[in-house]
Amino acid sequence: MAGTRKDKQLDRRWIFLLIFMGVAIPLIFTIGFPIETTENVRLVNEMIDKTTKGSKVIMSFDYDPASKPELHPMGMAIMNHCFEKGLRVIVVALWPMGVQMAEEIFSDLTEKYPQVIYGEDYINLGYKAGGIVTIQAMGSNFREVFPKDMNGNEIDDFPILRGVEDFSNIGFIFSLSAGDPGIKQWVQVAHDKYGVPLSGGVTGVSAPAILPYVNEQKQLNGLLAGLKAAAEYEFLIETPGTATSGMDAQSIAHLIIIVFIAIGNITYWTTRKKVKREGEK
Amino acid sequence: MKRKIPLIITFAVGTLLILSEFIPHKPFGRLSGELENWFLIISGFAIILGQLSLFKVNIIKIKRKTPNWQYFIITLVSFMIMVLIGIFWGTEKNPGIFGNGQIIVDTIGYKPFDYLFHNVYQHLQATMFSLLAFFIASAAYRAFIARTVESNLLLFAAILVMLGNTSLGSSLTGWLPHSLSFLHLPRISEFIMKYPNTAGQRAIMIGAGLGIIGSSLRIILGIERSYLGGK
Repeated sequence: MAGTRKDKQLDRRWIFLLIFMGVAIPLIFTIGFPIETTENVRLVNEMIDKTTKGSKVIMSFDYDPASKPELHPMGMAIMNHCFEKGLRVIVVALWPMGVQMAEEIFSDLTEKYPQVIYGEDYINLGYKAGGIVTIQAMGSNFREVFPKDMNGNEIDDFPILRGVEDFSNIGFIFSLSAGDPGIKQWVQVAHDKYGVPLSGGVTGVSAPAILPYVNEQKQLNGLLAGLKAAAEYEFLIETPGTATSGMDAQSIAHLIIIVFIAIGNITYWTTRKKVKREGEK
Repeated sequence: MKRKIPLIITFAVGTLLILSEFIPHKPFGRLSGELENWFLIISGFAIILGQLSLFKVNIIKIKRKTPNWQYFIITLVSFMIMVLIGIFWGTEKNPGIFGNGQIIVDTIGYKPFDYLFHNVYQHLQATMFSLLAFFIASAAYRAFIARTVESNLLLFAAILVMLGNTSLGSSLTGWLPHSLSFLHLPRISEFIMKYPNTAGQRAIMIGAGLGIIGSSLRIILGIERSYLGGK
């Protein structure tokens, strides 16, 4: 008897071990594969480059620590670029943990940008429940939705929010989104209803569902999809970070998966041929 | 009457919100703005309701000693610890009822809530998500088999996108001359994502959009009543 395909399958612990090594080793010993930029990433970069210095922009942190490895480097690169260009960043969060994610990035960047002052160049307005309705309400009366910042201080005390009544004087919105509520809701309301330029970053798995919004109507001005896009952005702003170092690990992990797919197919076809031959006998 | 009043409210509010999209002037615009505020307030309460529900569901499971009931105790204990230390000593910049817990901050470097958030919660969540890599690899090995034309197409597209989405893909075909640059793996990956994928996704989105309109109308008109509970 040739045995079934299941009998011939590799013990999955070997797969786990190889994946572990394929991820861990490149993280310790960097290979340094070259990074090539794609159109969607360049569009995001251009949008920020073209925004006038001193403009107020909204960054929405719609993710939690589960998606941190992919979205955090994007957040870091985008905020870095905004501060570099002299843009004033207003942080909001549609996910409760997004507040801490933004604070981590801001505290990491304060050393590089000591001139950035809380309340003047940056503010964190915290989390607000409600998803799409929150965005809708921000578009009609921003101050009613966020009367205070994350520390409970009145927003009237902060120069960065002077004149911000709705989305009308917002340069662009950038949503770092791990799901719902997130970038889709920003597109549906902030862009489609209020016409604010919009872009965002999403995890690799959710990218196929969001890519249709990058279209001629510019519902999204480019899109950062997954760790590779984060690495590309780091490359564009010449600030290598965790995404760049993670690219080697991701490359090797993908290669291992492809090798296993090939092995799985070879096993399937050889077993099938043997079974057929034995059947004929 | 118990069912009629919610149905009337749903009909009135639903109709009003649809009208306000087309007539954003008084009184529709203002009323819809007011209703948005109501929604935000109710959403805040929904979080509390969710926490109470979490408590209730877990306590019932522990009482009934359902399989793995010990894990539900861990859930509740973890939940209580985070809630209580948040109330007692607050978070990063907000004091709790016992102030800022300066002695604890001097000892561990963070407030207790932030310490657990940075050192326990974040890593637990990242670990859970990272485990996917192992299971995806194992599942791909078992399930990605070229049995039919469709599965061949899927397999081929998946491999191209997987390679194109890494720096390795750029290195593998980076040497190609300019005239053959359309064969460059990142280009192929971009093409697959931009055209076949977008076309398929748009079809799904249009279908889902029509479905949402249909089910919303059913709710507004009182045909769909399952949200009221009961039959």
